Amino acid sequence: MRYVDEFREPELIARTADEIRRLADPKRHYRFMEVCGGHTHSIYRFGLADLLPSNIELVHGPGCPVCVLPMGRIDDGLSMAEQPGVIFTAFGDMMRVPGTRGSPLEYKARGMDVRIVYSPSDALKLARGNPDKHVMFFAIGFETTAPSTALTLMRAKAQGIRNFSVFCNHVTIIPAIRAILDSPDMRIDAFIGPGHVSTVIGCRPYAWIANNEEKPIVVAGFEPLDVLQSIVMLLRQLKQNQNRVENQYQRAVPWEGNRAALKAMADVFELRPYFEWRGLGFISQSALRIRESYAEWDAERRFSVPGVRVTDPKAAQCGEVLKGVLKPAQCKLFGKECTPDQPVGALMVSSEGSCAAYYNYEHRKRQALTNLSLTA
Amino acid sequence: MASAVTKIRFRDPQVEMAHGAGGKASRRLIDGLFAPILFGLAPVPLGDAAHVNINGTCVALTTDSFVVRPLRFPGGSIGELAVNGTVNDLAVSGARAQALVVSYVLEAGLPTDILEAEVRAMAAAASAAGVVIAGGDTKVVEHGKADQMYITTSGIGHLIPGIGVSPAAVRCGDKILLSGPIGDHGITILLARGELDLEADLRSDTRSVLPLVEALAEAVGAGVHWMRDPTRGGVATSLNELANDCGLGVLLSEGSIPVRDEVRGACELLGLDPLHIANEGQFLAVVAAEQADAALDALRRTPGGREAALIGEIGEQPAGAVLVTTLFGGSRIVDMLVGDPLPRIC
Repeated sequence: MRYVDEFREPELIARTADEIRRLADPKRHYRFMEVCGGHTHSIYRFGLADLLPSNIELVHGPGCPVCVLPMGRIDDGLSMAEQPGVIFTAFGDMMRVPGTRGSPLEYKARGMDVRIVYSPSDALKLARGNPDKHVMFFAIGFETTAPSTALTLMRAKAQGIRNFSVFCNHVTIIPAIRAILDSPDMRIDAFIGPGHVSTVIGCRPYAWIANNEEKPIVVAGFEPLDVLQSIVMLLRQLKQNQNRVENQYQRAVPWEGNRAALKAMADVFELRPYFEWRGLGFISQSALRIRESYAEWDAERRFSVPGVRVTDPKAAQCGEVLKGVLKPAQCKLFGKECTPDQPVGALMVSSEGSCAAYYNYEHRKRQALTNLSLTA
Repeated sequence: MASAVTKIRFRDPQVEMAHGAGGKASRRLIDGLFAPILFGLAPVPLGDAAHVNINGTCVALTTDSFVVRPLRFPGGSIGELAVNGTVNDLAVSGARAQALVVSYVLEAGLPTDILEAEVRAMAAAASAAGVVIAGGDTKVVEHGKADQMYITTSGIGHLIPGIGVSPAAVRCGDKILLSGPIGDHGITILLARGELDLEADLRSDTRSVLPLVEALAEAVGAGVHWMRDPTRGGVATSLNELANDCGLGVLLSEGSIPVRDEVRGACELLGLDPLHIANEGQFLAVVAAEQADAALDALRRTPGGREAALIGEIGEQPAGAVLVTTLFGGSRIVDMLVGDPLPRIC
C-alpha cells in the first residue's frame, strides 16, 4: 500500500493544486477530457474537482467498456447463457448491466449458471474442471484486458480445451477518441490520456492527436496526485502553445507499449470492419474479433447469436454525454427515470460510467450544497 | 390496521439477489412491501431490534438468518455469526441479550461432523456472550435445495438502564464513534471463497460487541444517542440509514476511519470501497459532543476497543446524506450500496 499512499500525500497534493491555480489563466476557460472511466472514477472518488479552480472543467470521455457496449450484445451473450450445459462467465463489472430481459445477475437468480471471474484464465480453469459443461467467457474491455483474453485463447488451443469459448466484445480506444474529435460540437482543449490502455499500446498511437489535431495529451495514472500532475503538464503545454504527447504514468507505461501483449493480440484478434458503440453509433475498425484460426473458441461462431439491435430510449442523451457535449445532469432522464439503481442509459450502469459516477458522488453533493447556500 | 387491501409501493416483478444485500434494494423491499403490510402505514425507522411492551415490562426482540459460504472462514464460522449477530443486534438497540432460540435448515447429505462443529461453535459463542440458547427447531430439505445449512436465531433481551437510542435523539454537532477497523469480515469471506488468487493475513471480526456497548452506556449513559452494527452494506449503508431517518447530514473524515492495510489493499485491487464492506464485530455510536472524549476513552479502555476512533460528526447539511472529506480536502457523497459489492476489473 505504500506505493499508493505516496500518491495520496496531502501535502504534495496541496502543492500540486496550488501550482494548477498558478498556471491557469483566469481569463481562460479550460475543457480537459479524461478519456478513461478509471480517471472519471478517481476524480469523483477523491473529490478532485474540489481542488481545481472553477475555470478548469473536466469532461468525461468514452473510456468505460461496459458503458459503450450496446444492449443487443448483452442480449446476445445472455442468449448463450440460456443454452443447456453452458456456464456463463464475466467480470464483476458486467453483472449488473441490464439486457432486455434482465442483467446477468438476474439471470443467475433465475437459475442460470452465471459466474463472476477475475480473469479469462479463471474461466478457462473452470472449463478444465467441468469437462461436461461448456464455459463461455463474455470478454469486454479496451486494450487493457484484450491481451489476457488473447493469451487465454492461445492456451486453450495449445492445451486442446474444447469446452471453452469467448464472446469477444473488445474495443479499441483510438477510433473512439477520433470519433469524438470528429464530432462538430466537440470543444476540448486537451486530453488526459488513458493510463491502463497505454501500458499495452504505449504513447506513440496518440501522436496524431498532438500533430494533426493540435491538442496536448498527457497519459496519466489513477491516483489523485497522478491526475493533478497531468493537469499541471497540460496547463504548461497550453501556456507555451505546445501540442505534445507526454507520459506522466512512466512507472507503468513504456513509450513503446508492451510488445508481447501487442503480439498476442495480433495473433488472436483482427479488426472488425465496424462495431456499434452505445451512444456513439457505428465506428469503423473500432473493435476486435477472433481470427479464423481460433474459430473453434469463438462463441459467435459456435452459438447462433440472435444479433438483434436494441436501441436506447430516445429520450436518453448518452451520446451527447459520452462526447462531452452535455454534462450528465443535463440529460433529460438523469436522476429521474435513470438512476444507478435502475439504469436506462449505458453511462449509468457501471460505476466508471460518467453518469453513475456523477450521480453517486457529485449530484447529491451539489443538491446538498445548494440547500446549504439557501439555508445559510 | 394492515389488511389485504393495503397498497404497496414495491414494484419489482420478482425477488433478486440485491433485495437481500442490505443496500438500497433491501430498503425498497422493506419500506415498500413488508412495512406497509406488516406494520401498518405509519413509517417508523426500522432499528436492529423491536422494543415490545409486555405487561409493563419492555423487552427487546430481534431475529436474523445466516446464509454464508463457506461455512467456516478464518476467524469464525456460521454458528458463531448466528449467535453474535443476534446478540449484537440487541446490543446496538440498547439491550442485553438474555436468551436465543435457533432454527436450523439443513440440507440432506450434510456431514454430521460439520453440523456438530457448528453447534459447538454456537455453544461457545453463547457462553462467551453470556446468553442462553433456550430452544430450537430443525428442518431438513432435499439435497440441492439449500447450501449445506442455514441458521436463524431469534433473541430476547432486557434494556440496558439509562440509555435510549433512536435516530430522533441525534442532534447537530453529535460525534460519530466507530469501535474498530472496518471491512475485515467482508474481505475475509470474499477471499475465503477461493475464487480470487489473493491471499491476506486477515480474520473475520465476528464477536459480541455487548461489552463495548455496556462500557459506553456506563461511561456516558443518555449521552449515547444512536447505535448500529454495520453488517451487510457496511458503514456507508448504516450511516445513510441514519441520515435518512434523522434528516440530518453525516460528515465523515476519511483519514480517521480505521481500515487495516490488508483490507485497503484488497479493496484497491478489486475496486471496492471499505465503507461498503460488511462487518460482524463492530458498531457505530452517535454520542453527545461534550461526552465524545469520555465515550471514546471508555471504548478504548475496554478489551477489544483499543482501535476505536472518532470518525465524524452530525451536521445540518447535507441533509439525509453522508459526505466524506478526503485526506487532502476533497469531498464526496457516499451512498448506500446498490446490490452486492462486485469487483471491478476493466
